[in-house]
Amino acid sequence: MPESARTKKLLGFYDQMLRIRRFEEAAAKAYAGGSIKGFCHLYIGEESIAVGAIANLEKQDYIISTYRDHGHALARGMEPGSAMAELYGKETGCSKGMGGSMHLFDKDLRFMGGHGIVGGHVAVAAGLAFGARYQKERSVTLAFIGEGAVSIGGFHEGLSLAALWKLPVVFIVENNLYSMGTPQYRHLSVKDISMRAEGYGMPGKRINGSNVYHVFEEVRDAVNRARSDHGPTLIEIITYRFRGHSMSDPAKYRAPGELELKKEKDPILVTHAELLSIGVSEDTLKAINDKNKKIADDSVEFAKISAFPPASDLHKYTYVNP
Amino acid sequence: MPVITIREALNQAIDEEMARDKNVFIMGEEVGHYNGAYKVTQGLLAKYGDNRVIDTPIAEEGFAGVGIGAALTGLRPIIEFMTWNFSLVAIDQIINNAAKMRYMSGGQFTLPMVFRGPQGAGGSLGAQHSQTFENYFAYVPGLKVIVPSTPHDYKGLLKSAIRDDDVVIFMEAEKAYNYTGEVPEEEYLIPIGKAEVKKQGSDVSIITWGIMYFTAMQAIEKLEAEGISVELVDPRTLRPLDSETILSSVRKTKRAVIVQESWPVASFGDHIAALVSREAFDSLDAPVEIVSGEDVPMPYAFPLEEAALPSVEKIIAAVKRTLA
Repeated sequence: MPESARTKKLLGFYDQMLRIRRFEEAAAKAYAGGSIKGFCHLYIGEESIAVGAIANLEKQDYIISTYRDHGHALARGMEPGSAMAELYGKETGCSKGMGGSMHLFDKDLRFMGGHGIVGGHVAVAAGLAFGARYQKERSVTLAFIGEGAVSIGGFHEGLSLAALWKLPVVFIVENNLYSMGTPQYRHLSVKDISMRAEGYGMPGKRINGSNVYHVFEEVRDAVNRARSDHGPTLIEIITYRFRGHSMSDPAKYRAPGELELKKEKDPILVTHAELLSIGVSEDTLKAINDKNKKIADDSVEFAKISAFPPASDLHKYTYVNP
Repeated sequence: MPVITIREALNQAIDEEMARDKNVFIMGEEVGHYNGAYKVTQGLLAKYGDNRVIDTPIAEEGFAGVGIGAALTGLRPIIEFMTWNFSLVAIDQIINNAAKMRYMSGGQFTLPMVFRGPQGAGGSLGAQHSQTFENYFAYVPGLKVIVPSTPHDYKGLLKSAIRDDDVVIFMEAEKAYNYTGEVPEEEYLIPIGKAEVKKQGSDVSIITWGIMYFTAMQAIEKLEAEGISVELVDPRTLRPLDSETILSSVRKTKRAVIVQESWPVASFGDHIAALVSREAFDSLDAPVEIVSGEDVPMPYAFPLEEAALPSVEKIIAAVKRTLA
């Protein structure tokens, strides 16, 4: 790729990562103020994965995610107002206020939800890929999974079937080093999760997630492989979340100084430095930041002025034909 | 009218719906090359090929999830559990995913799919292979639950289930696959959520579904010989439940006996008993009776299995208690 094109792409990534970061900071503030309730799992620190990976997708592709889903939804192009309104439980939200932070859905974007049962969506991801192939669509499914999910049976069965049937799906394990509050060495017998791919007969790789462009390129190969009907891939991406597991977690299980050290590898800072080094001006980068701060603020305003779904909608979505 | 088995009725229903709609496929253990563990899918692989009749590994959670994902893309999966006993390892998929995806997406997605397979006592199969679970699924908003009795109902209701846009739990009786009955040659559908009064009577109402219909009919034959007139209401669908048909029968006969193969605690029979007691209290001349399976894991020993199940004698005794 010519340097200018690469720069353009990187600027786009930077823009998207900041959109997620500023959005979630606004969400955290709203949560603290009581406007957002329930569980709210922030993606802050992990944005490079959603942005780099999803940049490889086409319109007909599917995404399925975990309860830590804001970043994936925004990277797919969900309107921040629609996402924030969902966090506020408003009827203008992407799931009409019925899902909340953990259950963002958008049919038009083929964003097939954030899912709240760890490992429960892995086989569903295989099913999306199965459905696409059955209908002879050249769709790829991108499934985001936390590393805390790799011990549960659903993960095993999902990967096992996807490999058996060579389904067009890419499994991305976002390894943020903590399964809620449990560090990896206390819940897994192996250090390298991507090794498990071999047991299913699919390729696996383990990459560092702090460089968004690197994530983009590594996932691109797997997406191309899936699209050309060569089957699934498991990619483990090492990352780190700067906040607790959810808003109610002060994250006291971290070693002293660990967070500060990890923040030096903040994917947004890494990209910022790279853009400066290739000649993009600080003013340009500041303008991108300011724009995304405003987008986040606007999304909050939109959520605030939106109405809650009426009580008459309580039973509206249980059945198509009650 | 042709007389066919329940197994054949199911096979015809699946065959007809697969012929009608190319988005219908069936997936499960041994459904293809083996022609079905219980031969319900006999001949379908040869007719429709392995893109639509799909053998799976023994991985219920996995293929239930694949079915859900496929339904989200617009297909109409039929997911076969070799028995509902094995569905328990997939219950997360059914309850947390299938039943909720439409609701928590604000109505954006539909899951036009059927989970089906046999349940109940199959004849000395022991504790892990002889259970009934309709109450597990009937408890959950977002699911529809069908437990048919006659070959006629099996066929008409399975066809409706496959065409329905919601998630349908279709529970067959393992021991009844060879039971026979009249089934029309021409195509027909039976609406989901409609009970049927399978026998008119005036002294007492028996409310029963699934394979217990046959046991109840034997009891009724003996009771009628003694001059007791019994009405039999078969809800056929437990969710949504046709409460009105049940209640109008009880209001007429003033007595209700519920017969179910399930265990007695927190069962679907309890739900109907509560409904009748609440809505038809003034009509009742006797407390509502429930005849259930005994409150034990199923024993293997043949006479003990028989003792654990509802019987003609138990039903007759319950009916007579309401008339005492």
